[in-house]
Amino acid sequence: MASALSTMDRAAPIRSGPRSFLRRLADGDQIAHLITLVFAASILLITTMLVYQLWIGSTDARHKFGWHFFFTTTWDPVAGDFGALPFIYGTLVTSALALLIAVPLGLGAAIFLAELAPRSISDGLAFLIDLLAAVPSVIYGLLGIFIVVPMMRLYIAPFLKATLGFLPLFQGPCYGVGMLTAGIVLAVMVVPFIVSVSREVLLSVPADQREAAMGLGATRWEATWKVVVPFARTGIFGSVFLALARALGETMAVTMVIGNDPKIAASLFAPGYSIAAVIANEFSEATGNLYVHSLVELGLVLFLLTFILNGVARLLIVATEQKGMSQA
Amino acid sequence: MNKRFALAAALVSLVAAGALFAENTILINAAGATFPYPIYSKWFDVYHTKFPNIQINYASVGSGAGISQLLNGTVDFGASDGPMTDEQLAQAKIKVLHFPTVLGADVPTYNVPGVSTDLNFTQKALAGIYLGTITKWNDAEIANANKGVNLPSSDVVVVHRSDGSGTTYIWTDFLSKVSPDWAAKVGKKTSVNWPVGLGGKGNEGVSGLVKQTPGSIGYVELVYAVQNHMSYGKVQNADGKFVKADLAGVTAAAAGAAKSMPDDFRVSITNAPGATAYPISSFTWLLIPSQISDAAKRDAIKGFLKWMLEDGQGYNEALAYAKLPKPVIAKEEKAIGLIH
Repeated sequence: MASALSTMDRAAPIRSGPRSFLRRLADGDQIAHLITLVFAASILLITTMLVYQLWIGSTDARHKFGWHFFFTTTWDPVAGDFGALPFIYGTLVTSALALLIAVPLGLGAAIFLAELAPRSISDGLAFLIDLLAAVPSVIYGLLGIFIVVPMMRLYIAPFLKATLGFLPLFQGPCYGVGMLTAGIVLAVMVVPFIVSVSREVLLSVPADQREAAMGLGATRWEATWKVVVPFARTGIFGSVFLALARALGETMAVTMVIGNDPKIAASLFAPGYSIAAVIANEFSEATGNLYVHSLVELGLVLFLLTFILNGVARLLIVATEQKGMSQA
Repeated sequence: MNKRFALAAALVSLVAAGALFAENTILINAAGATFPYPIYSKWFDVYHTKFPNIQINYASVGSGAGISQLLNGTVDFGASDGPMTDEQLAQAKIKVLHFPTVLGADVPTYNVPGVSTDLNFTQKALAGIYLGTITKWNDAEIANANKGVNLPSSDVVVVHRSDGSGTTYIWTDFLSKVSPDWAAKVGKKTSVNWPVGLGGKGNEGVSGLVKQTPGSIGYVELVYAVQNHMSYGKVQNADGKFVKADLAGVTAAAAGAAKSMPDDFRVSITNAPGATAYPISSFTWLLIPSQISDAAKRDAIKGFLKWMLEDGQGYNEALAYAKLPKPVIAKEEKAIGLIH
């Protein structure tokens, strides 16, 4: 097949001017165009079908609860009364905690690997970090149960209570499992995404940017922090959104360490629940249309949440870009 | 080229043989409860070696999914840890029959620092702990049933299942029977709105949380506790006796309930009468359509049910499932005749 094509290429006379459709088809341009167009369209189609299915599958719950679904806190399968607020809260809080920990850590590591470390060490470590990103989440969940949970109960929580105990965030009993534990485990899971993508982006910043900064008398750190990092800002934001998306949708590791209690508590030590976790936990045994439809509506809520957060994130990029330009 | 040809010929004959084989094989699809999966897969496997032309595929997707797949007609029969509700039965196009297969039980497991003996739990104590009204281990309700045990004054940390499960159904069914408060505020289902506590995923999640959290109490399946050599407490039964769960006690509970067994076998045997009956026990059921149009399938399913009630029960105890009591077996054998 391949050899046949290449002989045809060789046989084709060189023409000038616009080529016929058939000619372009034979040369592969048109075929490549069509195939890639179909692939791109299929992604749109899959997303549309996904939303459609979630919308259809949640009819009963949407009709029964309406907008109240977003604001009520009861989740009672026996009485058939469902509200999503504790799950939305749990999902947002654990993801926010994860980013709070993972962004400085990941960005710092990426800057070191891209700008300061010798290239051989940087490449070796980057390989290890990519490996971390491929570890199945159930493994992180197990590490969470056996290492983070006892550490939380015996060391981290007592320390936080002693130092920051005046804040309501760090009060109340700590069972080991809870929001903060889930946030820490999620942070460990998303750090590789931030490091890996940010490092690539930082490495791709043109060398003349650094050289120009140095030439103006900047120190190495000044050149990195004030020139290279802002230049790579969009890509770094991209890595953070990738991490956020992973944190929002993470199921297994979260359900293993969050405590699975649909309540909203001020304390970060308190157990909570996330949207993905409750769907995974209850879907297989859910009976009755309302119950199943409520779980599907939670899926729709998670989709919306991801959609909105992504939208906000894009606006953020645009906003900071304009700010950066006006300063320049 | 010759080699390729030979390979292709071999492949074709293999496919042909497969088609022939498939023609004689009766393929039956079933789905449902995860709790009896080990014994079911053993039964289906043994039955397949006895009758190589009958192949029963069982997907342990959970009771709820089993019921909905049966109602949608995507499986030949279903399986559930809780009986189908009247509402669900009304949705069925073909009347569904319940056949109890084995018995299971829930046991309370706990981690109380300084306590190594088996604790006694009154019915009120378990209800109070899970309602959140009993919050200390040295509460009078627990202490009075455990004279001579030095109970700490630490908080009780309640652990329950986070995933929907038959285990939770049995546990909440028992609490609903022994506590009017529980029945009114919480009720029974495979997942409920827990007043207090942490959720662990699966038996392993609950036992893991209990092991790691000082002062905690949880519930797991008897099978799981036995296979993992876990210690567990005694529970007060309807006659007021404290019973440590074992297979004989579970069968005794079923025998106690057998006298009042309804014709459709949809019965809860939690808190059953009898001095040796273990109170947190339950049947698990196969859900069989009463009309099966394919004669070969119908005969295969009926044959399997009969074998399961007679020889099949012999495999139960090795896998830590309690046997059905004799009167229930006799009643079920009659009910097989209803499938036509």
